[in-house]
Amino acid sequence: MKIAIASGKGGTGKTTLAVNLAAALGNQAQLLDCDVEEPNVHLFLPLVQGQKETISAPVPEVDLDRCNFCGACGQICQFSAIVPLEQTVLIFPEMCHSCGGCYLVCEPGALRERGRELGMIDRGLSQEGVHGVYGRLRVGEAMAPPLIRAVKARMDLSRTVIIDAPPGTSCPVIAAMKGADYVVLVTEPTPFGFHDLKLAVETVRTMKLPMGVVINRSDIGTAEVKNYCAREAIPVLLSLPYSRPVAEAYSRGQLLVKEIPGFKEQMLALFEQISGGRQGS
Amino acid sequence: MKTIAVSATEKSLDSPVDLRFGRAKYFVIVDPETMDWEALDNAPNINAAHGAGIQAARLVAENRVKTVLTGNCGPNAFETLQAAGIQVATNVNSTVRQAIERFKRGEISFAQSSNVQKHWS
Repeated sequence: MKIAIASGKGGTGKTTLAVNLAAALGNQAQLLDCDVEEPNVHLFLPLVQGQKETISAPVPEVDLDRCNFCGACGQICQFSAIVPLEQTVLIFPEMCHSCGGCYLVCEPGALRERGRELGMIDRGLSQEGVHGVYGRLRVGEAMAPPLIRAVKARMDLSRTVIIDAPPGTSCPVIAAMKGADYVVLVTEPTPFGFHDLKLAVETVRTMKLPMGVVINRSDIGTAEVKNYCAREAIPVLLSLPYSRPVAEAYSRGQLLVKEIPGFKEQMLALFEQISGGRQGS
Repeated sequence: MKTIAVSATEKSLDSPVDLRFGRAKYFVIVDPETMDWEALDNAPNINAAHGAGIQAARLVAENRVKTVLTGNCGPNAFETLQAAGIQVATNVNSTVRQAIERFKRGEISFAQSSNVQKHWS
């Protein structure tokens, strides 16, 4: 089973939930850090036996001796990544989405592929036995989805796969949630949290994925989030009131399932709700 | 020969220079000898999600311009203009006509690099 942990608003507790859910499940869990622009999972679940891989995406390179300056590559490129001029061809690798169109339309065969480094993937085992696959985007790289897809290509479907998604509703979020069996949206009952939850719900509905909500710091703000979930028939899987010991453990990079009595049981009950009932909207 | 392109907010020699190169409303291309001019509509690039500067540079290059006078020019647009053999002056903030006159008097200095940073969509 693949469970994506997402949210509209950032800072609601996605990573906290993802790492603690994974740690509660232990060896049964594989945790994917798909928040590759700001990967934080490693702070809570460092990998003790790990291997690193560099991930790259193909971008074109031109052989000007073979180019006939027909301009076809520039016409098919939707991202201005390849720009044929009168006597040369410019390539902007950071604009390239690696669609491969330019190679297909290049009649003289003047284009070949080279790799542009997207980032790194760390794979290994955490001390708790969680199997980790952590993506990390190269500083300066703007395109997260291809790296997120590379992280997901390393999924082990014999385990419970937990995907820590980036915040928001843009392409990286879609890439992280795509193909999940269930999406957990973490929110907080503030006006900002509520506003972004609605955007996230619309996104998940468009993707036709079952979902449930976890309300973090549930005793602050207003009842709007709760009422909205009831009205929209979205199950509230868990409500976690604000707790200073939780905040302190988090700030030290500790696991709540280890530090907070009863937290592990809450995580296991949450997993039971998701996997047993498969309830959603 | 209309060899100078000036980014402009209106289709006129008396238009203010559009401070944005890639997302300029128009390019007024001018023959500095005769002051004969025409306007190129940059509409397709104004709302482009990305690559506006590159495409605007291509547009002026296709019109066989040798010089661009504009306000701000980012690195991708600058690189494209350079590769097309076009010299660029940035920080020009007069009207199109005044900019051309300054160019003719040799008062315009040309940029060695872009004057604004890359922006991501």
